[in-house]
Amino acid sequence: MISQQEYQKMVQKSSPKSTTFKNCVKAFVVGGAICVLGQSLYAMYEHFGAQKDLAGSLVAITLIFIAIALTGFGVFDNIVNFAGAGASVPITGFANAVAAPAIEFKKEGFILGVGAKMFIIAGPVIVYGTISSMIVGAIYYFVQK
Amino acid sequence: MKRQGSQTVMFSQPVGILATASVVGKKEGEGPIGKMFDMVETDPFFGTKSWEKAESKFATTAVDICAKKSCMPMDSFDYIIAGDLLNQSTGSIYGLRNTNRPYLGIFGACSAMGEGMSIASMLIDGGFANNIIVAASSHFCSAEKQFRFPLEFGSQRTPTSSWTVTGAAAVALTTSQSDVVITAATTGKMVDMQIKDANNMGAAMAPAAADTIVAHLKDTNRSPKYYDAIITGDLGYIGSQLLLQTTAKMGYDISAIHKDCGIEIFDKNTQNTYAGGSGCACSGVTFSAYFYEQLRIGKLSKILFVPTGALMSPTSIQQGESIPSIAHAVAIERCAA
Repeated sequence: MISQQEYQKMVQKSSPKSTTFKNCVKAFVVGGAICVLGQSLYAMYEHFGAQKDLAGSLVAITLIFIAIALTGFGVFDNIVNFAGAGASVPITGFANAVAAPAIEFKKEGFILGVGAKMFIIAGPVIVYGTISSMIVGAIYYFVQK
Repeated sequence: MKRQGSQTVMFSQPVGILATASVVGKKEGEGPIGKMFDMVETDPFFGTKSWEKAESKFATTAVDICAKKSCMPMDSFDYIIAGDLLNQSTGSIYGLRNTNRPYLGIFGACSAMGEGMSIASMLIDGGFANNIIVAASSHFCSAEKQFRFPLEFGSQRTPTSSWTVTGAAAVALTTSQSDVVITAATTGKMVDMQIKDANNMGAAMAPAAADTIVAHLKDTNRSPKYYDAIITGDLGYIGSQLLLQTTAKMGYDISAIHKDCGIEIFDKNTQNTYAGGSGCACSGVTFSAYFYEQLRIGKLSKILFVPTGALMSPTSIQQGESIPSIAHAVAIERCAA
């Protein structure tokens, strides 16, 4: 039998890598398109008289709604499979990360299924997002003074 | 003594294959050997309410079809031996709980069909049973849910990842005469080459396959030429390449006769299955529908069937463990009429 080190080298050589450049281009185009959609929605809500703050919130709500609807119809995972981070980094990806387990674990009931498993993917984002915002807030507080 | 060499048993009375059955999902039905399966179920839920229940129904259906094709009532089977990938083997258990026959549950990950056929052949050759059904099942959606992410969660697959086959296979073995028989079995050792990437299971399993194939050839004093085909379970494209390189380094060239069920079952170019098919059903249904048929009609006369398994769990991977792997070889031959 060959040694572990030798085998690891063989594996590295024969395993194809993800096509980073192609994935970046796809992510840029689709991510950009989602931003354009967001900006257009923002303009539309402002046009109908929404204040800046309200228009921003309405844009987020609309994008979340669209992403969850597409998750429910089984389309969103195909979009991410194509666009990668382009679709998963914007708020659409976060909505999908909450909706997908909610759908998947409904079979285990509303308490131990949907309730317990809903944040199985988004949970770490919330935890570490909150912690890092606290750290940034503390730095900001002292630097301001 | 039926035991030969360090890992192999040679059966004194060849164990007959009475019938095989395969039930698969829509994607498998659309693949290159799609027309050869006994049944293609296009509904991923198979009329049930969850992926897990669907997987069980695949197992139930495969065993039922297998008993029917054997022309034997369920009562005439002395044991049912089955395995799958779900926690506590619930795919097999819930699928086969109403068979009312002695049941042996096995776990060898995707090598279940090979492990089951080996144990069943030993039981039959040992005189402990006349007829046994061996079954294996897997489901793309239940495997994704347990090992990766919820199905609708958007994420990109790495090019080394494999695609779990949806379906179940069943093989009926017997003491009585048959056209196709099992003549030997080599039980694999666990091999761990410290591969930690659960998205590259072909690479993790290839050394185990190489180890078992070489052990079999050494134990039986056979050259690879003895066989028309050496068929691995679910190494896929990357694992197969690594298997050929590894066996070559061990002094055996099997490149001319090697086939892999994970490569045969899907069309990589049109079906987006990346490294190839995987799962307990992969080797099971490909053998049942395709290779067994080739043996039956005489296109192949001697094969070494080597289902492969990656023996990890999501927890072991999260804890940074590597992936121990295993492969079980079964020598299957066509009886010269």
